[in-house]
Amino acid sequence: MGNYSTNEFKSGVKVMLEGDPCSMLEVEFVKPGKGQAFSRVKLRNLRTARVWERTFKSGESLEGADVIELDMEYLYTDGEFWHFMLTDGSFEQYGADETAVGDCKKWLKEQVVYTVTLYNGAPLTISPPNFVDLEVVETDPGLKGDTAQGGTKPATFTTGATINVPLFVNIGEVLKLDTRTAEYVSRAKS
Amino acid sequence: MTWQPGCELDALKQRARLLNMVRQFFSEKAVLEVDTPLLSQASVTDLHLASVTAQLSLPGCSSAKTMYLQTSPEFSMKRLLASGSGSIYQVAKCFRDGERGGRHNPEFTMLEWYRPEFSLQDLMDEVAELLSLVTELPAPQKVTYQQAFQRYLNIDPHRESDESLGQLAKEKTGICEDGLSRDDFLDLLLTHCIEPELGCENPVFMTEYPASQASLAKVKEQSGVLIAQRFELYVNGLELANGYDELIDAEEQLHRFEADNDARKMHGLPEIPIDHNLVQALKSGLPECSGVALGLDRLQMVMQGAKCIDEVISFAVERA
Repeated sequence: MGNYSTNEFKSGVKVMLEGDPCSMLEVEFVKPGKGQAFSRVKLRNLRTARVWERTFKSGESLEGADVIELDMEYLYTDGEFWHFMLTDGSFEQYGADETAVGDCKKWLKEQVVYTVTLYNGAPLTISPPNFVDLEVVETDPGLKGDTAQGGTKPATFTTGATINVPLFVNIGEVLKLDTRTAEYVSRAKS
Repeated sequence: MTWQPGCELDALKQRARLLNMVRQFFSEKAVLEVDTPLLSQASVTDLHLASVTAQLSLPGCSSAKTMYLQTSPEFSMKRLLASGSGSIYQVAKCFRDGERGGRHNPEFTMLEWYRPEFSLQDLMDEVAELLSLVTELPAPQKVTYQQAFQRYLNIDPHRESDESLGQLAKEKTGICEDGLSRDDFLDLLLTHCIEPELGCENPVFMTEYPASQASLAKVKEQSGVLIAQRFELYVNGLELANGYDELIDAEEQLHRFEADNDARKMHGLPEIPIDHNLVQALKSGLPECSGVALGLDRLQMVMQGAKCIDEVISFAVERA
């Protein structure tokens, strides 16, 4: 990995900052008339997902981070690692530990494709697609006829996720869920 | 498609109207429009200004000569003032290497004018008059550099120690390097914590800068502190103009150029040929005057409510 100088900073550039790989979200060039020029940068810490704001003097540089995002299909877990496979036809597999899987665990379903961020060749984080279809394994019995009015109840899904769903939903139904908001969207189209 | 302009056609029409209004404004005041060279053998020595250079071949010269594209028409215009031009203005293309962002294009348009015998206050009044002619904005208010730092950061920028300024700058801006100067810390705090607040209701003239940021302005002692006699105009957090009670002392001018070049050497930057024509002009006598440089592209951004300079220029540098 080479270094990135401030004039190469732009959104999407991956750098090392305080020991963690970060991805630049926004870069703003700041320069008071005849004063020192700075780059004002918003970065996402790829390990913690926290957004940092930092300012760098023009001409400074940061070490690039060996970070790559790849599409992988979820295969299975052996309890310690969650195994993913590249979708590029290479069948290459990667095992992600619990930290890397993090909150994504509740969205993991076999054969669904996830974005796996590799840092120095190992999975750092897993991001789910915006929507996944999951089956309800536990909820109160559905209320017939109640299809329009509001009102929700908790439902537990195959992955262990618990999400509020409309009152008409029954055990065994497959629902489309929004992973960004952890909300019910609709019944899944089969 | 990069062959097409990056702005709307309306922006081109707006530019034409703005130029017309500016010319009308100065014509009515009998301020002479001038046209000075873009290419010069000398340039600004400022530590934080980088000139774009060009190689020029002339008949009778064996090798090409390095020429500098002006970062502002200031030096040439002062030579005209010293030659007895009286009040002058210019709409000039200026170039600053490395400056690119939402508010910067390395080539931009400056409206610069000089008024012999105008005080800084007279000139601020005239800037306000132009602003009210081309925008619907209310009359500008005034705030000193010190008042602004007190209001938004609760510190005295003239008396706070370098250490505590540095500490505050780190805390407020997440600046990552050491080895920054007092002025760098002040600039960081200004750009991150104060500028965004300036001119959001009324336009604001900020005045009474630290002497270390005097550039080509006179310096005067005020209640025990050296103050640069200059102002900047802010609208909606955007710096629009920079005005000086102009330095007319040739010795002091030469000294500042040399001090700049020393600082450049220390920072590993190339020294810039000093404009001795300007020093000579000052020696022969520059009238007491106030002058201001106003970013015409940025003024148009205010008129259009544009967020990015690309919305007001035909071809930003990537399309040029």
